[in-house]
Amino acid sequence: MLVGALFPLNHLGHYLHWHFINVSVANTTVMILMIAVFVAAVALPFPGRRERKGK
Amino acid sequence: MNVEQQWTTRLRKRAVATLPPQKLLPDTQPAYVSSWVYVFGVATLASLIIVIGTGCILAIGGPSWWHNSSIGNFCNSLHMWSVEIFFFAMVVHLWGKFAMAAWRGGRAMTWMTGVVTFLVSIVTAFTGYLSQSNFDSQWISTQAKDGINATGAGGFFNVLNMGQMLMWHIVLLPLVAVLLTVVHVVLVRIKGVVPPIETEVAP
Repeated sequence: MLVGALFPLNHLGHYLHWHFINVSVANTTVMILMIAVFVAAVALPFPGRRERKGK
Repeated sequence: MNVEQQWTTRLRKRAVATLPPQKLLPDTQPAYVSSWVYVFGVATLASLIIVIGTGCILAIGGPSWWHNSSIGNFCNSLHMWSVEIFFFAMVVHLWGKFAMAAWRGGRAMTWMTGVVTFLVSIVTAFTGYLSQSNFDSQWISTQAKDGINATGAGGFFNVLNMGQMLMWHIVLLPLVAVLLTVVHVVLVRIKGVVPPIETEVAP
């Protein structure tokens, strides 16, 4: 028995359906998160970068 | 026999010449490495260590341990979530390296070992789904068998055989994945981290 799950897991998953594309909401969330993390990794400054440049 | 002719001497000299200690374990990196996009390779490595560690603990208890033990269930969750982070970090690492064209400067083997490690990791994860010893793994195996049989691999890779899939998942595939990872990291150390495209000097 699974206890302590954040979401109720005892039902069918939610799916997004568009033409032949059929993808779960959970997987879509992960994909959006990955793209967001990638964009953030490229855009955000790395801590200590300016100090190292100054040396 | 001359000491210089011994295979151990020749191998040591060649290893040290190819990968001197300061390159194997460097204390500094070029300035362009201070970017978040360079973090995902080591994040993949860190999560791989957790995956292997939790997998070893699960191996002690056996494939059905996590069904009847709260500690087993906890280790199973650690294993599953570290795999999620492993793939998450590996794919972002792949996007970053693809955008940098990281195969430049004689780094084709580094790129290819990374690609093959990615593919081996996917097969390892699939065999993990088949090793859950629950209705989910039974369902997945019956769905997978037709696809595998269509490739002709079903003769020696039977997804309905839970024991065989478990052995592939905990012995053969992790061995290949870890060996390829070691080769990949050593190649990164030998060739160095790929510089940004704009800093490359035209030939």
